[in-house]
Amino acid sequence: MKVMVAVKRVVDYAVKVRIKADKSGVETSNTKMSMNPFCEIAVEEALRIKEAGRASEVVVVSMGGEQCVETIRTGLAMGADRGLHVITQDSSSLFPLAVAKLLQALVSSEQPRLLLLGKQAIDDDCNQTGQMVAGLLGWPQATFASKVSISDDKESVCVEREVDGGIETIQLQLPAVVTADLRLNTPRYATLPNIMKAKKKSIQRVTPEELNVVIGSDLEVLEVTEPPKRKAGVMVASVDELLDKLKNEARVF
Amino acid sequence: MALATRSSFRTLKAIRGAHSFCKHATSSGSSSDRVSSLWDEHRLTADQLHFRALATDFAKKELLPNGAQWDCDKYFPVEVLRKAAGLGFGGMFCAEDVGGSRLNRVDGAVIFEALAYGDVSTTAYLTIHNMCCSLIDRYGNDQQRNHWLPKLIQMEFFSSYCLTEPSSGSDAASLQAKNYYQLQTTARQAHGSSDYILNGSKAFISGGSVSDLYLVMARTGALGPKGISCFLLEKGMPGLSFGRPEDKLGWRSQPTTSVVMEEVRVPSANMLGREGQGFAIAMAGLDGGRINIASCSCGGAQFCLDTAQEYASTRKQFGKAITEFQSTQFKLADMQTALHASRLMVSNAAAALDAGSPKASACAAMAKRFATDACFNIANDALQLHGGYGYLKDYPVERYLRDLRVHTILEGTNEIMRVVLFRHMLQQP
Repeated sequence: MKVMVAVKRVVDYAVKVRIKADKSGVETSNTKMSMNPFCEIAVEEALRIKEAGRASEVVVVSMGGEQCVETIRTGLAMGADRGLHVITQDSSSLFPLAVAKLLQALVSSEQPRLLLLGKQAIDDDCNQTGQMVAGLLGWPQATFASKVSISDDKESVCVEREVDGGIETIQLQLPAVVTADLRLNTPRYATLPNIMKAKKKSIQRVTPEELNVVIGSDLEVLEVTEPPKRKAGVMVASVDELLDKLKNEARVF
Repeated sequence: MALATRSSFRTLKAIRGAHSFCKHATSSGSSSDRVSSLWDEHRLTADQLHFRALATDFAKKELLPNGAQWDCDKYFPVEVLRKAAGLGFGGMFCAEDVGGSRLNRVDGAVIFEALAYGDVSTTAYLTIHNMCCSLIDRYGNDQQRNHWLPKLIQMEFFSSYCLTEPSSGSDAASLQAKNYYQLQTTARQAHGSSDYILNGSKAFISGGSVSDLYLVMARTGALGPKGISCFLLEKGMPGLSFGRPEDKLGWRSQPTTSVVMEEVRVPSANMLGREGQGFAIAMAGLDGGRINIASCSCGGAQFCLDTAQEYASTRKQFGKAITEFQSTQFKLADMQTALHASRLMVSNAAAALDAGSPKASACAAMAKRFATDACFNIANDALQLHGGYGYLKDYPVERYLRDLRVHTILEGTNEIMRVVLFRHMLQQP
């Protein structure tokens, strides 16, 4: 069984982001970039499925400019078997729907039985791609996975999802789409030998045109600004005043 | 009464503020990611960038949160070192057939610097272990390599390098002809067997008493460098004992002891290389060792620079952050410059060693001398920038200062580095 994992190159989670002077977006040129943490968790899960004998191959796919290759290599260094790079001129037009359409095309040619993604990217926090691609493919989906178990006959997958009310357990027929949440696993370190072995693994390059997908910009970013600075607190004179403010201004109760 | 309360309130507020900053300082890596990874991204290969990312990740998660506790408890973190070995950091320069990663010295410099950012003392031990593994890989016969290296590289076994003696430090082989201190550890041939009997003692041995394997330089022949041979001694050999761990200013997460040999019988199969080759082996190890120690200095200094910059940008006096004062800006800029220069010298020395350049030893000596001095000064400046807080153990900078202080002394004192360099300068046509 083939497992495909979609990964995204984002600003590293530890970086204090800065907004570009023209407010068109976040400064990325002078900033450390890494694989999206939820995508790392998805890759780790795919590797564990393979190590448990449920999958024969793990393919890592990413979309964007040349720098995506680094992110794919990280996936290969963790242990994925091969990579797929969808080259686009300009990463900024890759909104979730475009990514979903590209993934749909890749899935139809690669025929994986399981498509794993991170639940959302930490740069845009969209939390849409997994759901959209499942819709386009007509596949069942399980998002916010905190546990994934492929059945012995590899025909279905049982997923525990973290939802607002608690943990929901659902079973899906394969092929299916699963998106990874934080507590699904702890990603492994790549090892030095694996980093070097990754050089020999293949990364196939493909363009949206070759996949017959037109990436239109159906969304336009108007402005990116910093959140309002935290205002100073207000000193209250009595408990009554505190209760009044909580009730009528903060509307806590 | 009122005055006392007011001042104690101020102190309490300051301490509370300090603690929250301290947590921030040790866990935040954001400024380091902005600073160190991009200054030389153009110089590093794609692989080296991956190696550095791995080492940085490991350092942040496994070393940075624990370094202070290990220093305080004089705790040797065996399990974390084994974790590092599991990722390939145990025998980085060794051949693949015994489990090594066959990296080059430039790769090593990048990795050790990234690890030292998290904890200098533990990373320094790792460099010594790597040096011992490389020597066995390079000079050992097949039997020795296959017997020792797989276990050493995975750090199932730990190793130590034993050259220095109580009366033989810089003057390790008496490079002058007469009237000098000699290596006093001797190895005589046993009667009626090919075994050797070793007597003597080694001082300041990193990993002493914990390591399983000791690379010991002992005098087998005539006075001078050609009379020295290298032996592999195993913990548990009768006659091999250790002094109590030294109480050091820094490097406290590593045990440092004397190694005492009293009629230790060592089979000839445990001689590394040929009889009389010991000094050459020792010196071959030191070129790489000097680059490694200098890399550790760079990593430690980078941490000090980052934490000082972070502190200075939040510390307000005279109505503004102290980074708004030009003297602070100049100081930080000079620290950055000195660190960058150190890093480039180390990288160049590593490249020279990789290329087999005849100038490699001279480059290593220059880099070691320059980087260890410059990086200690950076740590010292960083402590000064922290003001009074820098003097407290609550803040990590004093530990880095203490750890870096010994780098100007071991692997060849910085004075000897000048001797080595000048000898090379004399050789130039």
